[in-house]
Amino acid sequence: MRVPILKQGDCLIASVQSVLSDADLLELRDDLADRVGQFRSRGVIIDVTVLDVIDSFATRTLSACAHMLRLRGAETVIVGIQPDVAFAMVQLGLTLEGVGTALDLEEGLDYLDRFSKQKLKHGK
Amino acid sequence: MENEARVAINSAADIVTARQKGRTMATEMGFDGSDLTLIATAISEIARNIVTHAKSGEISFAAMNHGGKHGLSIVARDAGPGIRDVNRAMEYGYSTAKGLGVGLPGAKLLMDEFEIESKVGNGTKVTMKKWLR
Repeated sequence: MRVPILKQGDCLIASVQSVLSDADLLELRDDLADRVGQFRSRGVIIDVTVLDVIDSFATRTLSACAHMLRLRGAETVIVGIQPDVAFAMVQLGLTLEGVGTALDLEEGLDYLDRFSKQKLKHGK
Repeated sequence: MENEARVAINSAADIVTARQKGRTMATEMGFDGSDLTLIATAISEIARNIVTHAKSGEISFAAMNHGGKHGLSIVARDAGPGIRDVNRAMEYGYSTAKGLGVGLPGAKLLMDEFEIESKVGNGTKVTMKKWLR
């Protein structure tokens, strides 16, 4: 199922609605890379609250997505990783290193807000 | 409650079917919370291993009762190329397919028991078990 992507100010919010196949995940990555250009977005939130499994493939794809989007000028934050899912990911040694994470949508927006202010301050 | 189930793995879409089947069976058996997630994630890893290396295969699930000890047994079989060096394939971070090299060793970390048998040209069989506590 295709993940709907909403535009909210200079952010994009991809809200995962159901379990994702490998193909859905890759499509999400490509859709986001396109939309960031189309809407000149500075931040992207990927809400994975509904995902009951984040395995090595999903982690690799989300991580690649975040790094790709950073190269396109947008910071990504992944929100809503469930406690059991986080436990399984840590058991697998998957840490999403270098990728922003936050508790939920609200914290995710806050994360992006702080990130853009910090960027302004340092003139980057 | 079904005591056995089987899911054919022919494409990446079947990975989702397999882990959902496993999760349903584990739930019916009384597994809960993080165990369900660990089981579903381990199934995802071994199912993907079939798709990546063997193209097709199957995963079967069976409820076990060993002298009052209950558990879920998951067997993944394929008739793919087999694994030349099983010890190497079980090393964390080793991959022949540009992956993270987390799949097989990761599944082992998530389950209570894990066995792998493989012969070059003769496919691979992974057996893994989780016991109800």
